[in-house]
Amino acid sequence: MSARPEPVQMVKQRRDATLRALAEGIPYSNHLGIRFDRRGDELTAILTFDEKLIGNPMLPALHGGVTAAFLEVCAVIQLSWSYLWTDIESGRIDAAALTPETLPRLPKTIDFTVDYLRTGLPRDAYARARVNRSGRRYASVHVEGWQDNRGRPFAQGTGHFLMPRRSDG
Amino acid sequence: MEDPKSRAARQFIDALPHCRDLGMSVVSVGEGEAVLEMPYDTRFVGDPKTGVIHGGAVSALMDTSGGAAVMCHPDTPAVTATLDLRIDYMRPATPGHAIRATATCYHITRSVAFVRAVATDNDTERPVATATGAFTVEASRKAKA
Repeated sequence: MSARPEPVQMVKQRRDATLRALAEGIPYSNHLGIRFDRRGDELTAILTFDEKLIGNPMLPALHGGVTAAFLEVCAVIQLSWSYLWTDIESGRIDAAALTPETLPRLPKTIDFTVDYLRTGLPRDAYARARVNRSGRRYASVHVEGWQDNRGRPFAQGTGHFLMPRRSDG
Repeated sequence: MEDPKSRAARQFIDALPHCRDLGMSVVSVGEGEAVLEMPYDTRFVGDPKTGVIHGGAVSALMDTSGGAAVMCHPDTPAVTATLDLRIDYMRPATPGHAIRATATCYHITRSVAFVRAVATDNDTERPVATATGAFTVEASRKAKA
């Protein structure tokens, strides 16, 4: 039996539904206005500028806490996405039925470190995370945030995460 | 009675848009120590299944209290920026309760201020999170002139 490739819409729908359930399941991330752009399995987090994200109004600059939260959200979504990917693609998780309430448990942050490299300007910011190590219990994720210029990041972060227990042992 | 520097730090924090957005309030500032509080709010939840506040919101509270601790230190000019901040999450904060961060600027040089902070909820014996950070100390205007 030759396996026909799945129609592209089905693949897209499944991936986008999963990403939506993941990203929209975090109230604080929604409050900050964080969205995700997907190209294949690559995710880019987008933080649309808003006045409420400002720390020092004199400069003005993004609040350091906003930057930290943005990078942490990007890291945890990327890690969850990588972790769920196989199950989504194989159909073991029914993406169409996924809602924030029915999502599998997500990794928990153990620690997170942010380096502030440049002032966060009052405009949109982007971030991409890379899972450097993902074991059965622990994961280490690095994330970079930039604004106008991809080669000049304004912040970077590294976090360690506790992985959820696989239900099937 | 607050010294002028602490009063300035309090007014500065109170005016920051993102701190207002999170409903942060300055409990006390002075002599390199700042205590800030953030009320519980369902908008700042990380996991709707548990109602626990997102670590990012705790980061914002830690960062702000750290900055405030530097600003009210007797040996600094009034401005500072975060160089780096590490947060360790000990346990989930109890839903429905405010989170309070106490930051201490425990060492300062001409260029860098070192800060540690601890966040607790209603159970003050068991920290929710701790943080360590380095903050800039701006070159004094006087030296330049």
